[in-house]
Amino acid sequence: MARVAAVTGNEAVAEALRQINPDVCAAYPITPQTELMQRFAAFVSNGKVDTELILVESEHSAMSACIGAAAAGGRVATATCGPGLALMWEMLYVASGMRLPIVMAVVNRSLSAPLNIHGDHSDAMGARDSGWIQLWSENAQEAYDNTIQAFRIAENMNIRLPAMVCMDGFIISHSIGRIEYLEDEPVRSFVGEYQPLNPLLDLDNPKSYGPLILTDQYHEYKRAQHEVMTRVKDVVLAVAAEFEKVSGRRYGLFESYRLDDAEIGLVILNSAAGTAKDVVDSFRERGIRAGLLKPRLFRPFPYEEVAQALKGLKAVAVLDRADSFGGYGPVFMEVCSALYPLAERPVVINKIYGLGGRDFLPQHAEEVLAELEEIARTGKVRVAKEYIGVRE
Amino acid sequence: MATEQLKLRELAKKEVLITSGHRLCAGCGAPIIAKMVLLAAADYPVVACSPTGCLEVSTCISDYTAWKVPWIHSAFENAGATLSGVETMYRALKKKGKIDKEVKFIAIGGDGGTYDIGLQSLSGAMERGHDLLYVCYDNGAYMNTGIQRSSATPLGADTTTSPAGSVIPGKLQRRKDLTRIMAAHNIPYAAQASPSHWSDFIRKVRKALSIKGPKFINVISPCNRGWRSRLDDAIQLSRLAVQTCYWPLYEVEDGVVRVTYKPREKKPIEEFLKPQGRFKHLFTPENEWIVKRFQEDVDREWERLQKEESLYT
Repeated sequence: MARVAAVTGNEAVAEALRQINPDVCAAYPITPQTELMQRFAAFVSNGKVDTELILVESEHSAMSACIGAAAAGGRVATATCGPGLALMWEMLYVASGMRLPIVMAVVNRSLSAPLNIHGDHSDAMGARDSGWIQLWSENAQEAYDNTIQAFRIAENMNIRLPAMVCMDGFIISHSIGRIEYLEDEPVRSFVGEYQPLNPLLDLDNPKSYGPLILTDQYHEYKRAQHEVMTRVKDVVLAVAAEFEKVSGRRYGLFESYRLDDAEIGLVILNSAAGTAKDVVDSFRERGIRAGLLKPRLFRPFPYEEVAQALKGLKAVAVLDRADSFGGYGPVFMEVCSALYPLAERPVVINKIYGLGGRDFLPQHAEEVLAELEEIARTGKVRVAKEYIGVRE
Repeated sequence: MATEQLKLRELAKKEVLITSGHRLCAGCGAPIIAKMVLLAAADYPVVACSPTGCLEVSTCISDYTAWKVPWIHSAFENAGATLSGVETMYRALKKKGKIDKEVKFIAIGGDGGTYDIGLQSLSGAMERGHDLLYVCYDNGAYMNTGIQRSSATPLGADTTTSPAGSVIPGKLQRRKDLTRIMAAHNIPYAAQASPSHWSDFIRKVRKALSIKGPKFINVISPCNRGWRSRLDDAIQLSRLAVQTCYWPLYEVEDGVVRVTYKPREKKPIEEFLKPQGRFKHLFTPENEWIVKRFQEDVDREWERLQKEESLYT
């Protein structure tokens, strides 16, 4: 029986962590992630979990302690956002390079300067090349479900990579929504007992972690990281299929929304996809064949599948809640890379929206879809990349 | 058991847990210190950790490792945090009955990774009270990257980033007193040691390991490349550091200061400075003031330490 509750995104992920009961959590408070670790700390203080909490003095130390704990040989979780994730940057690469299956909730927040505590995707996009698996979540339900699945994906013996679960700061982390929790027992048996691999605490078989490797072998190590990433997709799908049996909720590499016969479509991550789906519906009601693709697995990026899903469209707008200044938005670049090998492909444009928590409103999606209609009809692109929802 | 002093004969029987064949320079103090620490800890299962630095890059170059105990290096500025993660997982698994051994956790890092870039991480680990021992081998500069000044570099030293030039005569600042900073964390045990006084050093490591909680030992570690000294002078120079009171041997146990070695006759600081090329430029008339100030600093600190000790005796 599912438990239905009205909770914030932070509360939902904290509840997932309570049910999973990791061996060690090391974290540092940062808005808007703070509530998540506060709630988890209360579980620790009240004996609801066995977890040892390390309340470090920085995010750099949080990830460093997670690395030490994971290498020691147990299940490890943490959470951060924005500047905290940026401070961890060096250690993200160490976690993936050591193949440590740490799971981290990322409550997406903008980066300074100027200082802004609200949500955008600059943080996780800055970490996209760090060798971590990235799962993105539209709402609290998806953040909860992705957190549970992330442990299975990360800890899979053929994968052993760290994974981050992203949800939008404030918009999801702090707003209350309806959620269906699984009972504790199904979650615990779904996640299973942690299986250590080459643990540091295997004292009879001493291991050295973190060697120096120069030009003779480093290149091969990095190729191995690339190769293991190519196996992640299948594991994500297998875990999702198992999760559906437990929860009744279906997950894939991405969500296709009314895309099958669509002529125009939006590609958009996380919470804004919810707003945009309503607008797609209203366009459909007017007989306009609109659709939407919401990426879930962003690293590794499922290029072939995305290309298949979008190939029949005439025009696509990729909406990015992060920018690569002087370049295109990060999701746009991936979608274009996915579509390029096709002989015939949709026209693709890039819109940057919602930085620093600027609201993404239905009218923004309406305007973009109207522009796509125009592109589909005329084949003419007004502008390849543009900021929307900007105050002039 | 572990607090008992070991005789040299007994020490010699212990397995050396850091093997020869590592690639540290001939005459380096760091492997001597690492070897002594591991010999002193030989009664326990040990997990070791090093920040990036000379000892780290020279002891684990894939596919080889000199470490016969489990060992982890993750980055430069985070040995305190990394080892606190390992130690915490140990406690988590012990609580669940998945491990039953009494394991000791020891970090060994240079002054760059300890005094400077790793200070925050170390301070955090000490404040949180992890059951671990952090040993700093202090060679007084970033030797691994080519002898750049650190906050452990002594006054006047010629390094590649504080070169003795025609206008600036080497490093103009005093070194940071990290042992006092660590003691100020109110940890159960902080000490200063030297490989020249091996018996005192081994005793301090064994005492530290017998105490629960965070411990810190700062060990002077001559570097013939950076100090521009004779290849076979490491032990002699560390002895001179002690005999001049540049590097007093003492411990702070639960706040109580005890000087563990008092030289019968305090040698002038010149005896420590002169054999080292990094101080060569100080022995000119225009730089006399630096040697004088150096001696004054040493005298004042030695006086202060003895006064502190007298508060408890």
